[in-house]
Amino acid sequence: MRKRFIGRRAGLVILLCAMMAFMAACGSSGGSQQQASGGGGAPAPSQSAAPSSSTPSESTGEKKIVLGFSQVGAESGWRTANTKSIQEAAAAAGIDLRFSDAQQKQENQIKAIRSFIQQKVDVIAFSPVVESGWDTVLKEAKDAGIPVILTDRAIDSPDTSLYVSFLGSDFVEEGRRAGRWVVEQFKDHDGDVNIVELQGTVGSAPAIDRKAGFEEIISADPKFKIIASQSGDFTRAKGLEVMQAILKAHKDIDVLYAHNDDMALGAIQAIEAAGLKPGQDILIVSVDGIRDAFVAASEGKINFIVECNPLLGPQLMDLVKKVVAGEPVPKRIVTEERTFTIEEAIAELPNRQY
Amino acid sequence: MERIRKHHLFWPVLVLVALLVFNLLYDPDFFRIQVRDGKLYGNLIDILFFGSPLALVAIGMTLVIATRGIDLSVGSVVAISAAIACFTISKGADQNDPGLVATAILLALAASALLGLWNGFLVTRVGIQPIVATLILMVTGRGIAQLITSGQIITVISPNYKVIGAGTLLWLPVSVYIAALVFALAALLTRKTALGLFIESVGCNPTASRLAGIRSVTVRLFAYLFCGFCAGLAGIILSSNVSSADGNNAGLWYELDAILAVVIGGTSLNGGRFFLTGTLLGVLIIQTLTTTIYSTGVPPEVNLVVKALVVLAVCLIQSEGFRRTLARSLVSVRPSHQRVEGKVTTRG
Repeated sequence: MRKRFIGRRAGLVILLCAMMAFMAACGSSGGSQQQASGGGGAPAPSQSAAPSSSTPSESTGEKKIVLGFSQVGAESGWRTANTKSIQEAAAAAGIDLRFSDAQQKQENQIKAIRSFIQQKVDVIAFSPVVESGWDTVLKEAKDAGIPVILTDRAIDSPDTSLYVSFLGSDFVEEGRRAGRWVVEQFKDHDGDVNIVELQGTVGSAPAIDRKAGFEEIISADPKFKIIASQSGDFTRAKGLEVMQAILKAHKDIDVLYAHNDDMALGAIQAIEAAGLKPGQDILIVSVDGIRDAFVAASEGKINFIVECNPLLGPQLMDLVKKVVAGEPVPKRIVTEERTFTIEEAIAELPNRQY
Repeated sequence: MERIRKHHLFWPVLVLVALLVFNLLYDPDFFRIQVRDGKLYGNLIDILFFGSPLALVAIGMTLVIATRGIDLSVGSVVAISAAIACFTISKGADQNDPGLVATAILLALAASALLGLWNGFLVTRVGIQPIVATLILMVTGRGIAQLITSGQIITVISPNYKVIGAGTLLWLPVSVYIAALVFALAALLTRKTALGLFIESVGCNPTASRLAGIRSVTVRLFAYLFCGFCAGLAGIILSSNVSSADGNNAGLWYELDAILAVVIGGTSLNGGRFFLTGTLLGVLIIQTLTTTIYSTGVPPEVNLVVKALVVLAVCLIQSEGFRRTLARSLVSVRPSHQRVEGKVTTRG
């Protein structure tokens, strides 16, 4: 019995050691720039930021603007590009960035914002994980006189005085752009245009808005028919699986509208397996504009890409400077986004960073 | 007739047939299989094709559950294996180099087997409950996969690697052969050697088995190792199929589907007796259901509800108690004395 007890304890010690080693590994790879994230949800910024940045009270010479930024997490390639853009733009603009990763948890984000308030940063910016539940913490920021900027995602609060500006994509407009291209392509077409839609994760804002925007445009002409609309969860594997089944259930498909590039890439594979030519037999429109989609477009397999730009760092830094200088800023700023046809995609491909 | 009805695979087969008949009535084309570019093409082939990674995971899961364990980490192991394989290939100068592809696959499989062993170690040596022990890897595993891919989706361009998940051999997808091979291997190992008996006995009563001279620790370690290996293989098939590794989404919720397949197949979560063929039927039921939902155009918002309702119906139908109550309420006459089959579940 005693031997077993010791064995068990030894096992636990080994387990603990392994966990520590793992966490250390996480920390070292995450702390690339200013500081590491608040890993276990601890509001770490104050301590870990100290060595790399001068706190406002001790600053000598020219006073740097201090920006506290709370990111959603690192859940997708899009998000990683977004983080990188913000970090690089801050360095280029000479802004002291205090970066915190919320790991997709609202409570981590609230903690991070509170710690930014305690540090008396000049501006707080964050991409809200979810839409609601921000009133209390944003009220605290307002009382402390710290302006708040929302990036990428909006909050759902009747009190718009809680933030100075919202910088991000307009998902509905992205859907409209996709819709307008489809309408334009088939303007001389008689008879029905059969459209298959691959939706994003059910209930997510981009899925709801991109669907709404697209439908708003195509509903003007009854010849446009969405014959199948199914969720592919924003992933390649699901896009492939769903498209395989849809292709067998519907023989005559003219257009595929995918809410993101990954699903379109999966669907392309399914279309090829069905013996059809993606981009010719079925026209493909997708949203986001990741590098792999540009590669597919350059091969003629995606006909139209609506960009959803993660590189909003420079725009954010301009906005931060204006806010600190006391200049008036618009309540809603839409990120600069483009659309790409096949020819434009080929020209753009070498410049794609993400 | 009575013997067929008493067979442990009777109800799963009936459910599968019912699903297929529903599809036949809904769309007679459902069963059409064409030959296209030297391969078979049709919904039934799709079911086998998309079902094969799940079948692999579920086969491993069956053995673990038979030892009265459970492995929640399989989904994460799928992601890690996919990440390792794609990362290794993406670092190569020539992504299509057969040597490199082989190295990547071996590395991924070795890592997955090791992770399985780690689970087994926590369960047998450290004595943590299986559900908690494997939960550790389930949570950290996605993080590890993300670390390997640095949060990005790694895309590889390697026709040789793509063969595993999207290639065709003798009209059928390669992945189907892989799943069939592993199934045959597992069936052979557990039914033609004493290993199957050992697993069942450990699942029934680990202490008694140990006292009877069975190395229960080794048996359980093997089960977790094999489960990890199977999950790794599934990860390679999944990533090869779409030529990319997605640390976030690869194999997401696979553990739940795998456990469901095992349970539909008639293996009890209490350990002991297990049915590999039943598990395979469970996988086919789940995959047929998924394909049915997509091809009949159930709105995405209610997909999961439909799936849940069917699963609930399947589970209820399989429960002898429920069937008896149902029969009793339908035919208000009380049926004659029911013989309760002697189910060997010796509890320690």
